[in-house]
Amino acid sequence: MIEVSKLSKHFGSKIAVDELSFTVNKGEVLGFLGPNGAGKSTTMRMVTGFIPPSSGEAKICGISITTHPAEAKMKIGYLPESAPLYNDMTVIGFLKFCAEIRKLSGAAKKDAVDRAIETCFLGTVAHQSIDTLSKGYRHRTCLAQALLHDPEVLILDEPTDGLDPNQKYEVRQLIKRLGETKAILFSTHILEEVEASCTRAVIVDRGRIVEDGTPAELIAKAPHNSLTELFRKVTTTDTAA
Amino acid sequence: MSILTIYRRELKSYFAQPTAYAIIVIFLILSLGLTFTFGEFMRVGDASLQYSFFFWHPWLYMLLAPAIAMKLWADEQRNGTIELLGTFPVSTWAAIAGKFLAAATVSLVALLLTFPIIITVNYLGTPDNGAIISGYIGSFLVCCTFLAITMLVSAFTRDQVVCLIVSAALCTFMVLCGYDPVTRELAKATSPATVEAVVAFGVWDHFSSLNRGLLRLQDAVWFAGFITICLVGTSTILSAKRA
Repeated sequence: MIEVSKLSKHFGSKIAVDELSFTVNKGEVLGFLGPNGAGKSTTMRMVTGFIPPSSGEAKICGISITTHPAEAKMKIGYLPESAPLYNDMTVIGFLKFCAEIRKLSGAAKKDAVDRAIETCFLGTVAHQSIDTLSKGYRHRTCLAQALLHDPEVLILDEPTDGLDPNQKYEVRQLIKRLGETKAILFSTHILEEVEASCTRAVIVDRGRIVEDGTPAELIAKAPHNSLTELFRKVTTTDTAA
Repeated sequence: MSILTIYRRELKSYFAQPTAYAIIVIFLILSLGLTFTFGEFMRVGDASLQYSFFFWHPWLYMLLAPAIAMKLWADEQRNGTIELLGTFPVSTWAAIAGKFLAAATVSLVALLLTFPIIITVNYLGTPDNGAIISGYIGSFLVCCTFLAITMLVSAFTRDQVVCLIVSAALCTFMVLCGYDPVTRELAKATSPATVEAVVAFGVWDHFSSLNRGLLRLQDAVWFAGFITICLVGTSTILSAKRA
């Protein structure tokens, strides 16, 4: 469903992503781990078609994001890192706009918006202006936008960042539930999240994959059976780099 | 289809905030106010509206058009919503066209609301309404040109204030180029060829002929060309910024 082969990105002389390859199949939730600046967001931006790769290719359900961006983008739901939103709109206005952009209209549009509001628990703020929302609601509004068109592929950049423990739990459960029928790629810093909701995880460091396996496999490999220890062992700290 | 969706969102955004109202009201007060004061509309009896009314438009647009269009891309870049837009199944072109048309609509509303002046001249005398319509078209095209320039500048920056200042400066330059007193001074200092080039770059040459009711192909080409170049430039800058 998501096939990434030898994807690279250079910013000037700096290599942000270095020949990264991985696949995520339907029914899989791939956790994307790595320290800050490892290239997680850059990879996600390339896979979603926001920035072009320097080399390599990403395919969404067999469609290349570089040669057929419009078709491939139809199949992706994407939550960017900072959960950007149009502050001058209401929650429901924003979701309707996103639904229209996704070529939904009439009853299909209304159903999609209602379902997204319900899934992300936005009912109480639906008619509120986005600039008055708290961080948790902003995040969920952006997540709702990603789920609107019931995409086959979900790409979530730190979906639990800035949420309170209850909200984090809800989002993890949601990812797990959605993962049964979709291919999900999500990045996180929180290692417990990997055990809680991933079927597989990769650890990325300086643009390369350094570990790949199911959470159980990674834990078995880890010193003292601790993911944190494994993470510390295979990644470089920014002070060392 | 997606142009329309973008267009509607942008237009709603203008009218959901005070932006559009402020700009429209200021334009109406200044354009009609200047007509009856410094434009000496009543004393001169200028029924074509050329000198008393339309003359002021480029001067007003050089500040108001940047105020309308400065947010178009600067805001998207500041809020990060450009990342949403860039991953939606819409082409950059549809987004540029939708945004430009929304900004043009705001200025068109402002311009059309000056209609009492048409009623006034028709009540007071027998003007050439063809020339007045042509003047309105010219005025709208000047505004669209300035909107396109501002849009191009806004693709460069995430800061709306920087965008406003830079594009207002560019628009002012285009208004001054070919403004008669400037041209006269320039003619004393440089060669006729230079003067001609400067005049061709400014808006007056193209605006004035429309003001007189002359629909010339060269003016249509100039306006369309200038706007197209700015929009293509916007697309190029936005793509280059992502690469």
